[in-house]
Amino acid sequence: MNEASPARAYALHLGVIALLFALSFVLPEYYHGLLARIMVLAVFAMGYNMLFGYVGLLSLGHAMFFGAGLYGAGLAIIQLGWGVPLAFLGGIACGAVLALVIGLLALRTTGVAFMIVTMMFAQVFYLLILYFAAWTGGDQGQVVPQPARVLNLGATSLDLTNPTVRYMSALVLFSLVLLVMLAIVRSRYGRVLVAIRENEERTKMLGYDTFSNKLMAVVVSGTICAASGAAYALLFGYVGSSFASVQYSILPLLWVLLGGAATTLGPLIGTVFMYYVIDVTSGYTSAYLLIVGIALILLVLFFPKGILGSIRQRWLGWLP
Amino acid sequence: MTPLLATNGLSRHFGGLRAVDSVDFTLMPGEIRAVIGPNGAGKTTFVSLVSGRIQPSSGVIVFDGADITSQPAYVRVRQGIAYTFQITSVFANLSAYDNVALPVQRTLSEGRSKGAVKAGVMTALERTGLADRAHMPAGQLSYGHQRLLEVAMGLALKPRLLILDEPTQGLADSEIDNFIALVREIARSATVLLIEHNMPVVMQLADRITVFNAGKILAEGTPEAIRENAAVQEAYLGTAP
Repeated sequence: MNEASPARAYALHLGVIALLFALSFVLPEYYHGLLARIMVLAVFAMGYNMLFGYVGLLSLGHAMFFGAGLYGAGLAIIQLGWGVPLAFLGGIACGAVLALVIGLLALRTTGVAFMIVTMMFAQVFYLLILYFAAWTGGDQGQVVPQPARVLNLGATSLDLTNPTVRYMSALVLFSLVLLVMLAIVRSRYGRVLVAIRENEERTKMLGYDTFSNKLMAVVVSGTICAASGAAYALLFGYVGSSFASVQYSILPLLWVLLGGAATTLGPLIGTVFMYYVIDVTSGYTSAYLLIVGIALILLVLFFPKGILGSIRQRWLGWLP
Repeated sequence: MTPLLATNGLSRHFGGLRAVDSVDFTLMPGEIRAVIGPNGAGKTTFVSLVSGRIQPSSGVIVFDGADITSQPAYVRVRQGIAYTFQITSVFANLSAYDNVALPVQRTLSEGRSKGAVKAGVMTALERTGLADRAHMPAGQLSYGHQRLLEVAMGLALKPRLLILDEPTQGLADSEIDNFIALVREIARSATVLLIEHNMPVVMQLADRITVFNAGKILAEGTPEAIRENAAVQEAYLGTAP
C-alpha cells in the first residue's frame, strides 16, 4: 500500500474535501446543519478507526475520550471563562493526558480483556461526571452560552453559532484530521501498526517495541476523539453526560464497521450512512430502528468489510 | 576470541518437564552451527530462550560479551539476534514487499528516504529469489516461497546471529539446493545457528554440530565426529544391541 501511487490517493481525499466544501452552498438548511454535525462525529470515528482499524484494538470506552474533549472545552468556558481557542486546546489536552494514562493501564491486556477494561474506565468517567454534578451539570448537562462561542481574531470575530461558520469550522477540523490520518497510514509508523494488528508476536521479533507503538496509537486516537468532542462543545453548545455514556462508545464502532475499518474514508461514509438511514426511515415510520437493524444485517451479510472495505477488496485495491 | 553467544546453566522448566536443562553452549563468530536432536529434545525451546521469546527459569545468556538474559526480545533483535520461525509466520495479508519493508525500515541507519527502503527491500528479495513476487500477498505465495520470505525478513534485519528454525521443512529437493547456497552466502556476513532435521543439509552446511537430547547437550563436534558418535546413534536409533 505504501509505495502505490500516492497521487491518486491524495487526489481522492482532496476531492472529498472539495465536495464537502461545495455542499455547503447547495444543501438546504436542515441538511447543512446535519452534515456539520456528521463531520465532527466523523472525526470521532476516524480517531476510533486509528486504534480499531489499524492496530486491531477494539475499545469499548472511547466515549471517555470524546467526553474528555467535550467537558474539557465546555467546562473551561463555562466554569473558567476561557476563550474559544484556549478551551479547544484544553479539551484536546484533557483527552491526550487521559489517553496516555488509560493506555498505560489498559494495554497490559489484549482482546476481550481490553474491551472490558476500556469499558470499565469509561463507566468510571461517566459516573464521575454524574457525581460532580455541581460542576458538570450532571445528567442535565450544560449549555455553552452563545456569547462565549465567538472566536475573536483581531478586528474580526467569528460567531461559531452562525451556520456557515460552524460548517466551515467542522470542515477544517475534518479535513485536517483526514489528511493526518492519510499521512499516518502511508507512513512507516502506519506499516508497523498494521503489522502489530496482523501478528504482534512476529512484529516484536523484527525488533519493534510493540507496547510503545500501541501506546502512541492510543494517545493519537484519544487525542483525535477529544478534538472531536471539544469541537462539538464549541460548535453545538451542549455539554451533556449522554455523550460519555456507553452508547457513544459503541456508535463509533458501528460507524467504522459500516464504512470500512482500516480505510481512511470509511469513518465518514459510515457516519453519513447511519445518519441518513435514520433520517430517511424515521420520516416514514416510527419503527425506524427496525429498518436500521435490517440494513445493518444486510450490510454485514453482503459487505462484511464495510462499504469502503468491500469496494477496496473487490474493485479498488489502491484505496488507502 | 570472545564467543558471539554463550549460555551458562541455561534452563527452562515447564511444570515438571525440563525442556532445557542446565545447558552450557558457546558459538564462535562466523560459524555455521547446526543443532540436531530427536523431537522434543528442547532445540526450539533453546533458541527461543536465546532470541528472548520465552524467559529462562535459570541461567545466563551472553551475547557478544554482554549479559542479555533480562532483555526483552525486541532489544535482542536490535542487537543483532534474528530469529526465523519454525512455523511460517509471515504477515499473510501484507505483500511480500511490505513484509520485508518492516525489518528494512527499522534497521535503516542512514537515509530516511523512501528510496532507501525500496533498495533495501529489493536487495533482500533478490537474494532470496522473490523479487518478481514482491507485490503478491505473502499468504498467496507457495509454502516454499513463504519460507524464503521468512529468511529474507531475517536477512533484512542485518543480523550478526541468524537463527533458522527448521528452514528446509516442506521445501522441495530442488529448492533445498538453492537454500544451501543461500545459507553459505549469508554465513559470509553473519553467524548462523540452524535447527535442522534434514541430515544431508546439516552435513553439507555445518562447521560444527550440537546434539540435544532430553533438554541437555548430548554431544558436540565436527560433522564427521558426530556421525561416528555412539551416544548420538543411540539417541536417534534406540539402544544398541
